[in-house]
Amino acid sequence: MKKVALQMEELVCPSCAKKIEGALKKTDGVNEVNILFNASKAKISFDETKTDVEKLSRIIQDLGFEVLSVK
Amino acid sequence: MKNKKNILIISGALIIFSFILKYIDANSYAEDALMIAAAITAGYQTARNAVVSLKYRVLGIEALVTVAVVGAIFIGEYWEAAAVTFLFMLGSYLESRTLEKTRSSLKSLLELAPVTATVFRDGREERVSPDEVHTGERVIVRPGEKIPVDGIVIKGKASVNQAAITGESIPAEKETGDSVFSTTVIETGYLELEALRVGDDTTFARIMEMVEEAQDSKAPTQKFIERFAQYYTPGIMVLSIFVYLATRDIELTLTLLVISCPGAMVISAPVSIVAGIGNGAGKGILIKGGEYLEKAGKVETVAFDKTGTLTVGKPVVTNIKAFEGTEDDILRMAAPVEVPSEHHLAKAIVQEAKDRKITIANTEDFEVLSGFGVKGTVDGKNILVGTRKLMAGEGIIISQEIEEYLQGEENNGQTAVLAAKDGKIIGAVSISDKIREEAYGLADRLKKAGVKKVVMLTGDNERTAKAVAAKLGLDEYFSELLPEDKVSKLKELKNNSTVAMIGDGINDAPALAVADLGIAMGATGTDAAMETADVVLMSDNLTRLTYTFGLSRATMRNMKQNIYFAVAVVFTLLAGVLTKNVFMASGMLIHEISVLLVIINAVRLMNYKEKI
Repeated sequence: MKKVALQMEELVCPSCAKKIEGALKKTDGVNEVNILFNASKAKISFDETKTDVEKLSRIIQDLGFEVLSVK
Repeated sequence: MKNKKNILIISGALIIFSFILKYIDANSYAEDALMIAAAITAGYQTARNAVVSLKYRVLGIEALVTVAVVGAIFIGEYWEAAAVTFLFMLGSYLESRTLEKTRSSLKSLLELAPVTATVFRDGREERVSPDEVHTGERVIVRPGEKIPVDGIVIKGKASVNQAAITGESIPAEKETGDSVFSTTVIETGYLELEALRVGDDTTFARIMEMVEEAQDSKAPTQKFIERFAQYYTPGIMVLSIFVYLATRDIELTLTLLVISCPGAMVISAPVSIVAGIGNGAGKGILIKGGEYLEKAGKVETVAFDKTGTLTVGKPVVTNIKAFEGTEDDILRMAAPVEVPSEHHLAKAIVQEAKDRKITIANTEDFEVLSGFGVKGTVDGKNILVGTRKLMAGEGIIISQEIEEYLQGEENNGQTAVLAAKDGKIIGAVSISDKIREEAYGLADRLKKAGVKKVVMLTGDNERTAKAVAAKLGLDEYFSELLPEDKVSKLKELKNNSTVAMIGDGINDAPALAVADLGIAMGATGTDAAMETADVVLMSDNLTRLTYTFGLSRATMRNMKQNIYFAVAVVFTLLAGVLTKNVFMASGMLIHEISVLLVIINAVRLMNYKEKI
């Protein structure tokens, strides 16, 4: 199990946060997702044998949100 | 962001051109083509996002807007289609600009983080990023520079501005042995420190993380609103299907889709909370979440711990009475058993012994009797230091003469501690703790901030407690309480009011945990306090307390205004659409304006200042 915090571009609507959360949660290997709307961060804990940070970032980018940094 | 701006300009220009064409020649196809082009320009991104979201099986506002726009083009309402996409984009652009303001206080704090550190490596100075400093390394900080790590001073002397952490701009003097914190600034002087905590482990980094989490934690009211929104959107969608089946009115159906996301409502609470918590963070007040903000706004009873909260917390020995031997003899027996104790009073006795240059012997069989005192063996003698109750419990008789002496001291607001040797009382040590300047008049100020009752809980004796309570104008006091008594007393108080407990967070963690709202003060760097408390006052200053309550109430007010307004907008819009007074473009316009107004209202909180 690995934990990662992705800093995204400024999130504008709470529904955007919901959308990202929904999409990540449905991804195989993702255990827990916490989207900090105001901080515009996605905190994800995932199984590194099933997915990786790049894949998760790509999902967020696919949804139309830029990922600025990974921690 | 820049991209958004360009798209808005192009789409806006296309709409204007279309209007000009219409003015020149009312029957041109070109104007329709321009409107469609405008709708596609502004709507492309939205549609793309909608499609991707659907791929992840998420249905968002973008999908609904896209369906509405495509539908509008289909039925030949090109202007409506262009207007809806343009307004949707303009709205989100303006919202992000104003939202940034509500979030700016935390950002400006984050920007304070130090960027370089000077460390001593391999015999010479090296400049590195603060994250690259290793614990245990020697760090050098010069005047005007930021301290890059949490550490302990090993050399030098300096005046340090700790505003980044405490919100207090009066500099603190630091010298060898003192703790210093990352992100504080040396105003004058020079320090060499040993790094204890670096990077994400520093107090500053942890505060920032807590504030971040707090700003996104939900208040109970907010959870309720979110649940409403969750049902509202699908509800309107179902309604739109019924409306279509009943009326076959495509425009009305599409308009319903446009207004089906209660944007102002879902954002109403989060914006107020982020602004309120952000404002507090800038003043060194850490409110751990919307829930506590809401509770702080409802506090009726404020309970203070005495020592370290209402008083300075640095008790000093004011008088020693020897019933046997000399004053120094009393200290020689009492100090050794007090050394291992963490208690404020114990520290005062040890300090006094040191000041008198008394050699402190070793103690054996040391034991703390929580709330009563300590016992141990010194020089083969059984020593007890503590309260009357401790002595009585051990079967030691307190004579009339001693009792009278104790009462006299206590009536003067002194705490008198007894010392016994081998079952006989040999002396009494009077200790007193100065009341904080800001504590005078605090009860009145709290009442002006909306609190109904101010009480004090203390382990101290009845007479000392009474003297302090009278001086500070408190409504009630409860004395001679053991830590567990404080907990049960708080539970009692909680029966008929919302109770906040204020303590230093070290000795009274259980009490802080049991209160409706636990507030720790002067908690800079003490982990336990920062973890247990719901609100942490980073500075050692009681005036922050009234600010906390005032800010919480203002935030709650702001949040309620936003919610009422948003609910009113939702129902007005719905009524307007169903009575055919509001159409797609105007529906979107009202929607976006309401969202903006809600955010702008929250921005006002950024400027909240205490009215005294």
